Amino acid sequence: MTDLTRLTLAQARDGLKAKSFTSVELTQAHIDAVARAKQLNCYIVETPEKALAQAKASDAKLAKAEGGALEGLPLGIKDLYCTEGVQTTAGSHILEGFVPQYESTVTTNLWRDGAVMLGKLNLDEFAMGSSNETSYFGPVVSPWRRKGADGKISDAKIVPGGSSGGSSAAVAAHLCLGATATDTGGSIRQPAAFTGTVGIKPTYGRCSRWGIVAFASSLDQAGPIARTVRDAAILLRSMAGHDAKDTTSFDAPVPDYEKSVGASVKGKVIGIPKEYRLDGMSAEIAALWDQGVAWLRAAGAEIREISLPHTRHALPAYYIVAPAEASSNLARYDGIRYGLRKTGKDIADLYEKTRAEGFGKEVRRRIMIGTYVLSAGYYDAYYLRAQKIRTLIKRDFDLAYAAGVDAILTPATPSPAFAQGEKGSSDPVEMYLNDVFTVTVNMAGLPGLVVPAGMSSDGLPLGLQLIGRPFEEETLFSLGEAIEQAAPKIVLPESWWG
Amino acid sequence: MSVDLATVRRIAHLARISVSADEAPHLQNELNAILGFVEELNSVDVEGVEPMTSVLPMRMKKRADEITDGDIVEKVLANAPAREDGFFVVPKVIE
Amino acid sequence: MNTHAKHKLIAGATGDWEVVIGLEIHAQVTSKSKLFSGASTEFGAEPNTHVSLVDAAMPGMLPVINEECVKQAIRTGLALKAQINHRSVFDRKNYFYPDLPQGYQISQFKFPIVGEGEVLVDLSPTEQIKVGIERLHLEQDAGKSLHDLSANDSHVDLNRSGVALMEIVSKPDMRSSEEAKAYVSKLRTILRYAETCDGNMEQGSLRADVNVSVRKPGGELGTRCEIKNVNSIRFIGQAIEVEARRQIGIIEDGGKIDQETRLYDPAKSETRSMRSKEEAHDYRYFPDPDLLPLEFDQAYVDVLGAGLPELPDAKKARFVATYGLSPYDAGVLVLERAFGDYFEEAAKGRDAKLVANWVINELFGRLNKEGQGIEDSPVSAAQIGGIVDLISSNVISGKIAKDLFEIVWSEGGDPKAIVEARGMKQVTDSGAIEAAVDEIIAKNPDKVEQAKAKPTMLGWFVGQVMKTTGGKANPQAVNEVLKSKLGL
Ligand SMILES: [Mg+2]
Ligand SMILES: [Zn+2]
Repeated sequence: MTDLTRLTLAQARDGLKAKSFTSVELTQAHIDAVARAKQLNCYIVETPEKALAQAKASDAKLAKAEGGALEGLPLGIKDLYCTEGVQTTAGSHILEGFVPQYESTVTTNLWRDGAVMLGKLNLDEFAMGSSNETSYFGPVVSPWRRKGADGKISDAKIVPGGSSGGSSAAVAAHLCLGATATDTGGSIRQPAAFTGTVGIKPTYGRCSRWGIVAFASSLDQAGPIARTVRDAAILLRSMAGHDAKDTTSFDAPVPDYEKSVGASVKGKVIGIPKEYRLDGMSAEIAALWDQGVAWLRAAGAEIREISLPHTRHALPAYYIVAPAEASSNLARYDGIRYGLRKTGKDIADLYEKTRAEGFGKEVRRRIMIGTYVLSAGYYDAYYLRAQKIRTLIKRDFDLAYAAGVDAILTPATPSPAFAQGEKGSSDPVEMYLNDVFTVTVNMAGLPGLVVPAGMSSDGLPLGLQLIGRPFEEETLFSLGEAIEQAAPKIVLPESWWG
Repeated sequence: MSVDLATVRRIAHLARISVSADEAPHLQNELNAILGFVEELNSVDVEGVEPMTSVLPMRMKKRADEITDGDIVEKVLANAPAREDGFFVVPKVIE
Repeated sequence: MNTHAKHKLIAGATGDWEVVIGLEIHAQVTSKSKLFSGASTEFGAEPNTHVSLVDAAMPGMLPVINEECVKQAIRTGLALKAQINHRSVFDRKNYFYPDLPQGYQISQFKFPIVGEGEVLVDLSPTEQIKVGIERLHLEQDAGKSLHDLSANDSHVDLNRSGVALMEIVSKPDMRSSEEAKAYVSKLRTILRYAETCDGNMEQGSLRADVNVSVRKPGGELGTRCEIKNVNSIRFIGQAIEVEARRQIGIIEDGGKIDQETRLYDPAKSETRSMRSKEEAHDYRYFPDPDLLPLEFDQAYVDVLGAGLPELPDAKKARFVATYGLSPYDAGVLVLERAFGDYFEEAAKGRDAKLVANWVINELFGRLNKEGQGIEDSPVSAAQIGGIVDLISSNVISGKIAKDLFEIVWSEGGDPKAIVEARGMKQVTDSGAIEAAVDEIIAKNPDKVEQAKAKPTMLGWFVGQVMKTTGGKANPQAVNEVLKSKLGL
């Protein structure tokens, strides 16, 4: 039998239906791959017994030609999703040992459709980070390796992006067929771009946030990372849907996204925002973007230059809104009802010690910033102003869409992946700049898809981003697949991780 | 705007995060770097602009007044660092 | 109105002082489930049983609003003749406390659901003040920390966590503890009429934060202190008295008042500073991103308005106008909705003033004595109506009626049947009365002489006749017979 982990999710699904192999076999192949790949540090918790039990149940259903859209398909779950009876940490010491007594709505939807859980995927602590170096459980290592100037493959550890770095690395390294992820400022799309995978942040409200550890409530959205556009479409269909437990979730039927994969993009109007051509943009990224334009034009799309004048304010505004909401969302981690508790001389001391030890450096920093911008005398100057700027950012997109633009094409990241320790150690802002192309999408609540589109000169994947109209993810899947078809195949180096 | 050390301490206390004496200056530098980064927002004309309250135009759904939850003491207390007789236990709080 | 009488001023060493009082009332919304979760609001359950994962602020939990709580706030706003805001916003009020699981309270800060309104407060039959309402907003209650279950620990029960409260903020329109007490009583009455809060102060359904400052009459407003969480009307009055005197003392000694939060200790009859809770309060309010703005239209409000019962002020006016009751009696009968209902049932087709007298003096007097509520009254409206009927038709005298009331209170039964069975009817037969009168006149010639000189002696004769007839003689008939026999 061929290595079952080499299949795409769609191929595996079809293989199970055709009874070419069983879910237990498929799941076991992934469990073995996960066990061999410990040095990538993708999983915080592995749940092989649970996976095999689910696989067995799926096989029983498949034998009767029953089962859901994801029946028997092994997935990884970002450790920001609460899973009943399985430790959920958000990558933080403060939640180490926390075992939820409930299951998030999105994962509930996945199990409803027959998916199998391989374990909980590593991430930046509380989803704050762009390189997966802030996890209490150690950094995730990308399966990709960089080519040196001499053309030799370096063994420097490359970051998988963040915060969904466990998800992106596991998908890239074939340690699951697909993974759940979350995106607050780029946390699905930037890791997808860094690992040559496909990631979609759906429209705000498309997936329920219930049971997902909150970072910044007005920006957080769940979505999948997968190896193909089709796989991402299949996963999103199962993950999405209205949830009465999340007042901000959108009440409308979920389309069969897979149907839009392969649909013609002829006549689609693609906006190219001039403000994204940043000063000092690398030639490599600029060329990739131009290439994307050419592919879509060749596929029959109409290309139009547009202006999104408030673009450059999105990242600074994000670094007010997101930490502000986070400072409040993370107040519940106080050592009283669950999680880490450090005793102190009184209750205030308990709080301060617990939170100082329980949160890592980046999380503490963002809580501090968030607390500051909301504090008396600063609220109007920072938070209120940032929310007004958000209105302006959204208005830019509204105007472009009103003028007939169907989707917008941009680079996904300003650079390819970098090595561990290379960025942000002295100045946090250096790391924040990773999200410069993705963060506008969260600020405006729009859907954004990243597809692999090429390679950097040092042999690392590069992605392009498509931004859509609210709730028009289908257009993104069609366009994304057009790029996927046109782009050269990105081939991961031979497994060096086991 | 930039923060001084006293502000760093005040904010840390508001956020209930203890900050050691040698940590505080580093934190001060980092916070000032971030505040410096966001300072350019002051150049944006926001006159008459409504702050965003919900990113998409939706109406808030409401629940019916029914008892649909509760009676799950075990689930509520399952992860408690300290518990006794159905209560969470914390060090004595003086009012 | 709103002329605060001079006698309300407090005499100090340097002259008279005026107290300025504003109240923030926290009223628990009457609802089955909590403001943002489906857990029960029932009082007195085992610890942490009425707690959902949302109330315990587990990671990833989200609030979903209870529509009934929204309706209750609107109903209350209408009952307070207040502006209803068609768009309001929930904010987070951030602070750390063990019984505040989220680390923030969901409240309404900038845009409350209800704006300005007013309450008319009767101080006496002739004195009434208007107290302005500043706003009413919806918010979550916190859990409860118990500090006396063990020496070194506090115990946290989250049953109350997330229960809906209405915070009703008055304007600083009160000038004495009496006014403040009367305002709270009236507000409580209105809430109970609207059935939006049960007003049960022992169970904490109604708590007051009292803002007190003092000034020279007509002068600039003084610095205020907030006395937190006072949980009875009596204590509200006491707390104001002692706090006002404390402030006057400080100022007259040349000191100044620190704006602070204080606690009233009824045992020591003093207020004391709560500095521990006060330190560096900076609540960092911002709109809760988990909730959309709360929006509804006027039609929604109108339906709720149409469903409101007649409110106490309107009912009082109607009782005065249609039953001819005195404003005082009408005022007493509208204190509780059940009082008015009882009265109106008893008064149907009867002498309403007489019924009001019997309800207020006999029934309420007796209920008060027994510490019972009207809903537990052993005497029904029909029974009291029956007693009044027997008086009106001269079957029994007022005095006998009181005996009859006692019998109905303790034994129950149909008043008319009791009177029949026990021979309590008045004697109106003039022959029998004449015989009794003749006998007394014959026995007391000296008194007869005195009575001729001093007609007020007639009363003595009436008393004697009643005595020999066991109180059953019709007093009017006795009077007439006596007058003619004595030649008065
Ligand atoms: Mg208050
Ligand atoms: Zn309040």
